[in-house]
Amino acid sequence: MSKKIHVTTSINGEETEYLCEPYDTMLDVLRNQLNLTGSKEVCSSGDCGACSVTLNDRLVCSCLMLAAEAEGQEIRTIEGMTENGNFHVLQQKFLEHAALQCGICTPGMLVAAKALLDKNPSPTETEIRFWLAGNLCRCTGYDKIVRAVQAASEEIKESA
Amino acid sequence: MNEMSNKWIGKNTIRPDGAEKVTGRAEYAADTTMPGMLWGKILRSPYPHATIKSIDTKKAESLPGVHAVATHDDSVDFPLDTPVILGIQDMRWMARNVLAKEKVLFHGHPIAAVAAKTEEIAQKACELIEVDYEVHDWAIEINDAIKDDAPILHDFIKFDGKPSNIAGTLEHKKGDIDKGFEEADVIIEKDFETAAVHQGYLENHACLVSVAPDDKTVIWSSSQGQFMVRAMTSFITGIPQSNIRAIPAEIGGGFGGKTIVYLEPVAAILSKKSGRPVKMMMTREEVMRASGPTSASKSTVKIGATKDGKIIAAKGVFYLQAGAFPGSPIRGAAGCCLAPYDIPNAHTLGYDVVSNRSKVAAYRAPGAPIGAYAVECVLDEIAESLNICPLEFRLKNAAKEGTKAVHGPTYPKMGYVETLEAALKNPHYKLPLKKCQGRGVASGFWFNAGGESCAQVNITEDGNVAVTTGHPDIGGSRASIANITAELLGIDINRVSVTIGDTASIGFSNLTGGSRVLFASALVVTESTKQVIDILKDRAAKIWNIDKEAIDWENGVAKPAGDNAGKFKPLTLAEIADQATPTGGPIGAGHQVNTVGAEGGFATHICDVEVDVELGIARILKYTAIQDVGKAIHPAYVEGQLQGGVVQGIGWALNEEYIYNDKGKLDNPGFLDYRIPVCSDLPMIDTVIVEVPNPKHPQGVRGVGEVPIVPPLAAIANAIYNAVGKRFYSLPMSPPKVLEGLEQK
Ligand code: FES
Ligand code: FES
Repeated sequence: MSKKIHVTTSINGEETEYLCEPYDTMLDVLRNQLNLTGSKEVCSSGDCGACSVTLNDRLVCSCLMLAAEAEGQEIRTIEGMTENGNFHVLQQKFLEHAALQCGICTPGMLVAAKALLDKNPSPTETEIRFWLAGNLCRCTGYDKIVRAVQAASEEIKESA
Repeated sequence: MNEMSNKWIGKNTIRPDGAEKVTGRAEYAADTTMPGMLWGKILRSPYPHATIKSIDTKKAESLPGVHAVATHDDSVDFPLDTPVILGIQDMRWMARNVLAKEKVLFHGHPIAAVAAKTEEIAQKACELIEVDYEVHDWAIEINDAIKDDAPILHDFIKFDGKPSNIAGTLEHKKGDIDKGFEEADVIIEKDFETAAVHQGYLENHACLVSVAPDDKTVIWSSSQGQFMVRAMTSFITGIPQSNIRAIPAEIGGGFGGKTIVYLEPVAAILSKKSGRPVKMMMTREEVMRASGPTSASKSTVKIGATKDGKIIAAKGVFYLQAGAFPGSPIRGAAGCCLAPYDIPNAHTLGYDVVSNRSKVAAYRAPGAPIGAYAVECVLDEIAESLNICPLEFRLKNAAKEGTKAVHGPTYPKMGYVETLEAALKNPHYKLPLKKCQGRGVASGFWFNAGGESCAQVNITEDGNVAVTTGHPDIGGSRASIANITAELLGIDINRVSVTIGDTASIGFSNLTGGSRVLFASALVVTESTKQVIDILKDRAAKIWNIDKEAIDWENGVAKPAGDNAGKFKPLTLAEIADQATPTGGPIGAGHQVNTVGAEGGFATHICDVEVDVELGIARILKYTAIQDVGKAIHPAYVEGQLQGGVVQGIGWALNEEYIYNDKGKLDNPGFLDYRIPVCSDLPMIDTVIVEVPNPKHPQGVRGVGEVPIVPPLAAIANAIYNAVGKRFYSLPMSPPKVLEGLEQK
């Protein structure tokens, strides 16, 4: 039997420790060990974005990242998106714009959209569409998702 | 109800389940766990067609960490000669689809399953199961399955007295078709093909099942119907329905593909054998290989019209592939394709063809896009040959109130003409186009549906409202139910909660599918709420000691109907709830009924494309979907249904297809090679909601979700023709096919 790896990392700003197999993905550990099931497993191959998290503020597919790689790094997931118990403006705009139907893509979409707005607070429609091209949604046709991101961007600019 | 005074119906309220979904807290089936849980995995067939001679599970069973192994022998036996019908499914097929019995019929067909301590061990154990196969020739495509010497999947299926892969037919006739064609001035006949496409819900099938030693069973699963899960699991395992509580987890998309079971009965068998709860999750590859998709098809459509643009005869023959077991959606193809038109002479015929591919499952307006694709493309050609605007041509032949449809019914009030008029008026239709850009239009129809539905409306002790219904909410139906309840009671929307009950907490409610959920739940919720209002009036009458008839319910309060009733300060819901116990006890009412009165929905779409003639890529430039929805209870989610349906249609038209290799194995079982539309492929999708209320429904609801996937295939094909002057008769119109077509031109 292989020896497990001990990892110390930061998840949503909290120091977290776990033991993982060398082959465990970050997504496996988030979902099956840490009970952070907001990140979804759909393709396990980097094609859908449902498992999106940030690693040191960079958007990554947690299904493509090994859990052992988190050692000493900073991971943020959908569970860390609310601020002091309030919705992040993107969460609020997704609700107001009916930007989710089944909601399975929503956590990944939100994490990806936040990574975009953190970098570029006023993206064009084309920039939004290309940034989110790695996040599949089968329900909405993306129209309302793009509009929600645009509305969030407006609000961030206004309050800046 | 006075339209102008609506406070909640027609408003874009925030959905009741929204907060959980944007925070990642919503519980989908794969997110659930139980103490002592094992993981289940399935062994699947490596051949598209073979007889199972023996299965030896000994090695798998003795692998450390393995707790149970299951095969078809552990399930209830359904003899091949006796149909066991549940809804539109036959349990003979369902049981054999869940775990193969005599034969494996497609690559990926489940043969056995293992429950073990970890997923890895379960997977390893599956590989230790030894199966002895006798491999047969196979047939994947329709033409291979219907030729004379085709390998036969099921010996007992006969067509024309001979064993055949044609498992059934369905036909609609009206007038005299031969005479009709004789009178036609222009006749166009074309052949069409469409590839099999998957529903593409993002959430993979998953379940968690616990069977206790006394057979008490709890199922968490991703499905479009917890009652369907209960019934099918009961049939296949033999556990009575009363012992099964099926809990509808949040569902990550279904589009029809989750109207049958794949994993639940297997997990139940494994749980019973191991004595532990068992969780099973498909991988995306398993979803693609062994669930869904919808049929591939080939069809021939012939339409005749007079010089002045009247359609006088129409004939459509549709072959739809069913996959391993009978049951392709020929009704949708043959029944919906001519529904928008008033045609005196018509004949449609559908053939249900089995072949060595996964059993098809429903997909949004099952069969209807296939039929509409062929018919709406031929109509475009006729309009062109008569030199009439394609929308005016449709308007001239449009079905209206009183038209006898080819598929049988005589229409009540309906809004097809209104969608055409809205399309003609829409500025989109007049926008200028550049070189290599083109515009196409097409229409579509879906039956919509009623069926069994239950609701319970309870007043909480603090005077708020808890509604429970029995249909899984996939696209936001809870928001619409909240709108209706708040409207009827005259209270703020935030005082209404809506929950989807499990099978133990609400009465039998049919599947979420066929665009029936809001139609049916609005009916039962309306009826239950009316009863609650009646009870509230009764309680107010008791408090005031006057006649119930002397009380009105208005804006969330009970008040005396007039001066004669006496002078009393109005009683709020909270005040009445506070006195519930002394005036008679808890306040609540339920309604359960087989809902009837569903009426069809029609749509007309306008699509602009631009074709890159170097690369063969057709891009959608602009899209407008116009649909009669009866009444939009929550307009934003209605728009969302239209937009989502259109984009699935765009994928079907341009990119998506099941590709099999020469070993009968699916070659593209993942999102990299099975390419669904992504955000950067698309423009905004414009919508126009037409409201011609369904006269048979309290709010006028018709149903929304299916219709929008019906017109896009033809609208896009017609637009591509308009752009490059070349017609394509085979889907998808993917870049290699478009390039080849342009080169031949
Ligand atoms: S699950 Fe990670 S990208 Fe799809
Ligand atoms: S809302 Fe269902 S996949 Fe996006």
